[in-house]
Amino acid sequence: MAVRAQALPHDGLHELAGRTRPVAQAGEQVLPVLPCLASLLPWAGLRRGATVAVTGPGATSLALALLAAASAAGSWAAAVGLPSLGMVAAAQVGVDLARFVMVAPGRDWPTAVAALVDAFDMVLVRPSGRPPAAAGRRLVARARERGAVLLVHGPWEGADLRLRIDGSVWQGLGQGYGHLRRRRVEVVGEGRGAAARAHRARLWLPDDDGRPASVRGSPEHARAGPTAVGARAG
Amino acid sequence: MGGDRQAERTVVVWCPDWPVHAAGAQPHEAVAVVAANRVVACSVAARREGVKRGLRRREAQARCPDLRIVPSDEGRDARAFEPVVAVVARCTPRLEVVRPGLCAFPTRGPSRYFGGDEALADRVVAALAGVPCGVGVADGRLAASLAARRAVRDDDAGRVGGSGRLVVAPGETASFLAPFPISALERPALADLLVRLGLRTLGDFAALPAADVVARFGLDGVSAHRLACGLDERPPAGREPPPELVVQRELDPPAERVDVAAFAAKGMADELHGRLAALGLSCTRVLIEAETEHGERLARLWRHEGALDAAAMAERVRWQLDGWLAGTAVEAGPTGGLTLLRLVPDEVGPASGRQLGFWGGVAAADDRAARALARVQGMLGPEAVTTAVLSGGRSPAEQATLVPWGEPREPARPGAPGDGPVRIDGRVELPPWPGQVPPPAPAVVHHDLLPAEVVDGDGRPVVVGGRGLAGAPPARLSVGDGRWATVVGWAGPWPVDERWWDAAAHRRRARMQLATDDGAAYLVALEGGRWWVEATYD
Repeated sequence: MAVRAQALPHDGLHELAGRTRPVAQAGEQVLPVLPCLASLLPWAGLRRGATVAVTGPGATSLALALLAAASAAGSWAAAVGLPSLGMVAAAQVGVDLARFVMVAPGRDWPTAVAALVDAFDMVLVRPSGRPPAAAGRRLVARARERGAVLLVHGPWEGADLRLRIDGSVWQGLGQGYGHLRRRRVEVVGEGRGAAARAHRARLWLPDDDGRPASVRGSPEHARAGPTAVGARAG
Repeated sequence: MGGDRQAERTVVVWCPDWPVHAAGAQPHEAVAVVAANRVVACSVAARREGVKRGLRRREAQARCPDLRIVPSDEGRDARAFEPVVAVVARCTPRLEVVRPGLCAFPTRGPSRYFGGDEALADRVVAALAGVPCGVGVADGRLAASLAARRAVRDDDAGRVGGSGRLVVAPGETASFLAPFPISALERPALADLLVRLGLRTLGDFAALPAADVVARFGLDGVSAHRLACGLDERPPAGREPPPELVVQRELDPPAERVDVAAFAAKGMADELHGRLAALGLSCTRVLIEAETEHGERLARLWRHEGALDAAAMAERVRWQLDGWLAGTAVEAGPTGGLTLLRLVPDEVGPASGRQLGFWGGVAAADDRAARALARVQGMLGPEAVTTAVLSGGRSPAEQATLVPWGEPREPARPGAPGDGPVRIDGRVELPPWPGQVPPPAPAVVHHDLLPAEVVDGDGRPVVVGGRGLAGAPPARLSVGDGRWATVVGWAGPWPVDERWWDAAAHRRRARMQLATDDGAAYLVALEGGRWWVEATYD
């Protein structure tokens, strides 16, 4: 399409289409995710109903990064049992603070998460203590039925995808000068089903401006994009 | 459809541009109140420059460069309207408030008491000296409110923002309404259609036979037609709402703060709405009664143009309590906490069913989320569900304010993380906060600081001298009672001396960033002689 159409009417139409499009069609099975993270996820996004467990140093930043794109697109997200979550970091990564709710559940976090899973697209939870295995399975089943993504900060058996941060190096600090600028991490993703094969990715988490980015020159940087779906199909 | 019953004679008191008045504007100042980037109210001086309701903010500023922009705040409008309501309520027992700036009451009793409609209107105007208002008396609320607007405009020719009154004689309402344009009905969709059909004034519309109107426009058109003819909008239902629709709750311990009572009112409004919906009814007028432990009562009637849903009812409870608890110049506020709240649906009608937006994507998701959060708040308490607002501050903990769900999202201190002040029209809107921790922001912020120990190569705690220099480079760090980690990189110290003029709020701390050999990084601060971890860059 080499000819550029008249800018004004198309812009108006595009804007109107953007405003009237539903947030995320129920038929859409996958919530959008930042392009640098797409290579880690076997579905090139967060599949509705999936359970993802995030562990390792930097797990909080990675969990916020996973929420960011869908939240900015209009999905609601909740964080349960994370009283010390940094909201400025969340805003910098791209989470929309008007649709991001923190819940302090006390001891009965499974009930709170079950109530939230009904209405929220993404629920991030840090379990305090181990829930009885049956309650955990019920939560996962309920999330799958309602089409909500359950992100667990910490280990969780039975997760569809487990993301583990293997190594992290902060850059920017000298011996008495500078300030923390960015961190290079290596993330390993493994899980069940489509995620059975382990993937590794090197990321800046965060980059200089607070957002995660792929490390240039790494194979993930070349793959991270809409073609990732095709590349992953093999 | 009911007979041709004459509409009830009503007095409407209208304070023009009430949001501007509530914002404290001076008489000759050009002020516009803006909500969602559009002007909702403007002062007389601004209107003379061409600023109108519905303009975008930029366009309004282009038309009037001296315009002062004030953000819209319905709570403030309601609070400021409370003294006006209290004064008008002295003339009549059956006052109903439609919205801040507009209230109405039937003339039957007060008119006889004060000796006629004109005398009553004059008395109201005199009682409200100091507040520019228009008082209109006519058959029916629509005619009376149009008369109130006309009253102010006639007087406007001479003075700026005067008060006035206009009485439409009984039976002349139809001829009074005839020259008004269709837009006075405030039904934009129907008005658009009527104008395109060639009916431009209420008189043209009223001249149509009622049977043809119902055939062409349906029930909605019929109610508009009745209004245009000067009749009641809908024939009176003729029955009292059944007593089991009253929702009452006792607050124990007595509520001293508005948000505690407002939270209880939210639950009550939901319950009332549920009961009404189960009977297929919707409420257009609600009586909100509040009682304190010392027996003081405040009862107020609230009417809404459409039907009052649960959120609107809860909002009106908040407005009423805000205005009352703040106290007014006319009568002092209550002396005790609130012990009793009662919601009584005063006027109910058949529920017409909610019309969901055609493109209901965003609104439906917001509704579902709001309902789930209300349920979770019911389980865990209102403080357990919070959202964050970016606010001003130097440390990551201060830069986000946590606001309970349902409360207005306002920052604790103005400003936002970032650099530099934000100036609008030459005035600083958002103050700068020099000395902020540079980005990127940490992902874990410890509101209760974690005790830590930072030692130098010899094992002695690192001190920061009076000049802000570290005594010796930090070598090892231990967080809480954890194991010792070697420090591979550090920066700082960045000393901050906040509020040195206030003995109670004075804080002196020196911050440093430390990176350890296991890939972690911390923001530590020395305060009161010992080290604390403010945030972890997790």
